[in-house]
Amino acid sequence: MNWDTIADVVAAICLLLGSAFTLAAGIGVLRFRDLLSRIHAGAKPQVVGVILALIGLGLRLRSASVIATLILVGLFQLITAPVSASFVARAAYRTGTFDPDELGVDELTEDLARARNPDDEG
Amino acid sequence: MRTVGLISAGMIAIGAILTIIRVEKGPSSLDRIVALDIISNILIIAVALDAAVNLRRETIPILAALALVGFISSVTVARYAAVEPREARRIKTPEEVAAEEEALRREEEAAALAEAEAKAQRDEEIAP
Repeated sequence: MNWDTIADVVAAICLLLGSAFTLAAGIGVLRFRDLLSRIHAGAKPQVVGVILALIGLGLRLRSASVIATLILVGLFQLITAPVSASFVARAAYRTGTFDPDELGVDELTEDLARARNPDDEG
Repeated sequence: MRTVGLISAGMIAIGAILTIIRVEKGPSSLDRIVALDIISNILIIAVALDAAVNLRRETIPILAALALVGFISSVTVARYAAVEPREARRIKTPEEVAAEEEALRREEEAAALAEAEAKAQRDEEIAP
């Protein structure tokens, strides 16, 4: 039992977990009933899955230059996933793809109403 | 490691198939682009898995490129998203597409015929 074996085992666990999160994202995007839940499935479990797979790959290859690139890839994921998710959500609100009455919290409608009538406080 | 790779590849494949089913079902273009975003992330995981199982290093730049450009598609579609009528929310059947093309072709033929007639009339007016 040396460090190489331990790193390989941890890498295998990370890869399996990452694939499981991907499977969860696939199930979620198919089964959830409205667009905002589907964006949730596409943004959160998917990014966790990608980052776990990258950790597994880094532990398996064990080389400084590869790990530097993988950290960059993970950072790009963390930066771009919220950008695309919020763009799609804003476009969905704008085009009326989902029903605002179904939302538990809807601060955007209140903010837009306040922006139209600044005198109307409350 | 090979067994782990096979199990992971199976899970990724099932996830990709479920996502593609959502791409086909829609119902709006935003649903489709969310699912396609997931497909591009699944591609990243698949490349990483292949590199981990076969100890490849030359595919790492692909990961960086995919992670950089993967979000552009969904941002673009979200930017140009418009209100879609209900009947536009599904993929047309081949028969419907054929019928539409037939109607379009007839229209073009009628327009070409009308133009030819107008031209003949003009020529007649000039000729005598």
